[in-house]
Amino acid sequence: MFARFLTLLGTPVVSFFTYVGEVVVLASETFASIVAQKIRWRLFLHQIVEIGLRSQLVVMITGAFTGAVFAAQTFFQFNKLGMGSAVGAVVSVSVCRELGPVLTALMVTGRVGASMSAEIGTMKVTEQIDALRALAVHPIDYLVVPRTLAMMLSMPLLVAECIGIGIAAGYFVAIFLLDVNGTYYVANMVRWTQMRDIIMGLSKAFCFALLIVFISCHKGLTSREGAVGVGKATTEAVVDSSLAVLIFNFFLTMALNVIFPAGYQ
Amino acid sequence: MIAVRGLKKKLAGQEILCGIDLTVAKGETLVIIGRSGGGKSVLLKHLVGLMHPDAGEIWIDGENIIGLSERKLAAIRRKVGILFQGGALFDSMTVEENIAFPLREAGERNPKTIREKVNEMLEVIELEGEQKKMPVNLSGGMKKRVGLARSIIRRPSCILYDEPTAGLDPVVSDSINRLIRRLQERFRVTSIVVTHDMKSAFHIADHIAYLHQGGIYFYGTPQELEISPDPLLQDFLLGRSER
Ligand SMILES: Nc1ncnc2c1ncn2[C@@H]1O[C@H](COP(=O)(O)OP(=O)(O)OP(=O)(O)O)[C@@H](O)[C@H]1O
Ligand SMILES: [Mg+2]
Repeated sequence: MFARFLTLLGTPVVSFFTYVGEVVVLASETFASIVAQKIRWRLFLHQIVEIGLRSQLVVMITGAFTGAVFAAQTFFQFNKLGMGSAVGAVVSVSVCRELGPVLTALMVTGRVGASMSAEIGTMKVTEQIDALRALAVHPIDYLVVPRTLAMMLSMPLLVAECIGIGIAAGYFVAIFLLDVNGTYYVANMVRWTQMRDIIMGLSKAFCFALLIVFISCHKGLTSREGAVGVGKATTEAVVDSSLAVLIFNFFLTMALNVIFPAGYQ
Repeated sequence: MIAVRGLKKKLAGQEILCGIDLTVAKGETLVIIGRSGGGKSVLLKHLVGLMHPDAGEIWIDGENIIGLSERKLAAIRRKVGILFQGGALFDSMTVEENIAFPLREAGERNPKTIREKVNEMLEVIELEGEQKKMPVNLSGGMKKRVGLARSIIRRPSCILYDEPTAGLDPVVSDSINRLIRRLQERFRVTSIVVTHDMKSAFHIADHIAYLHQGGIYFYGTPQELEISPDPLLQDFLLGRSER
């Protein structure tokens, strides 16, 4: 009875750690390949287009409306205290530190993570990965490395873009729609937003890039059993990456806050 | 060139291969025949390390490939080409790019050389002018031929064909058979051919192995197979079910 209970409890725990272990192994093999094998720059550029360029619209809209709604909500509260011009500082700090990186990561997960696991998963179930291997090409070198490098470069840029647009949209809403004094708004914003806030946002972007790419590629590479398997892998890739982003975000905030403390000093 | 010793493999709880022993000498063509679902494709995949056996040894060119890492296997795989049963073309690439893939991976950069070699291959597989088509727009037989071109373009010293003529019309089938023969005669390519096409088996084989219930049931020359009185083999040759 007790043994049954332990197995019941143990099985998901073991499979969870196996899963994490597999993703970590994939990550370490990828980095080993980046260091030791020749890098396929053409595929890297192709992925940059796929990840960086094709995500532009999504990231812009995410940034713009997040900044806008955040400015409006903050204004409604702060204006009661006569602190309307502090809205700029609140918007820019929170977009830099949290909203920009997290929302961009979630959008990229939906767009890029899903397509990565679907593409690699389809290759897996249609024997194309076996064909690669049979032609003496390591699937990690050919499929995972270009995607990883492209994500490592694109994500910080996308997040920076999202932050910039978010701040601009906040400014627009506050100044033109809500009649906040522009000079004070900008002055407060510049005073309270520090370089370290931006660095924090970009460091998060980099970490999220790795989470998304490894989880999605792992799901693709381990998918099985035809179209259903690929569909399942894709869904799981999106769900797992999103959860990983949200969970890691908390720990990153706690850890990075030691290095880049929030607030004015 | 290729030696298999006591190869065993269970898949999904089912014994597919239970103790296969095979030897293929350099420059020889071995044809493997057997009932559908008998494990022929599984056997071929083991020979290039795409599947790992539960027990047994596989020697390629004097090297045991069991337990080699994926990176070490790459050296073996450059020597041994494999044609997959379904072609396994890269569906994001055109016919031309598929065929040129092994060359590009080998570091060939000159577009002119690549184009010449690809055109030469297209001529061999009788698909001239289809360079720009995507794999989804090809018929099954065309896919197979493109896959064949891709696996032989770098002239491996050994080629494994998984049903090279299945789904092809008799004329193209015959030209593929000739191609296999020619590769063997001219370049002393070692071949293992899995086929259901008995005419082509007799045409190209030096030896024929009949795979049955996970073991080699018969091994011998085509003549020996033809005169074999074994009812199981005769049924297979004549295509008789239940008597
Ligand atoms: N990845 C796999 N997982 C589980 N079982 C498999 C797998 N691959 C093949 N099998 C099983 O192994 C057996 C042999 O399959 P295989 O494809 O080798 O047959 P075959 O001899 O090539 O048949 P055919 O002549 O129809 O191509 C089948 O019963 C199949 O269901
Ligand atoms: Mg088969």
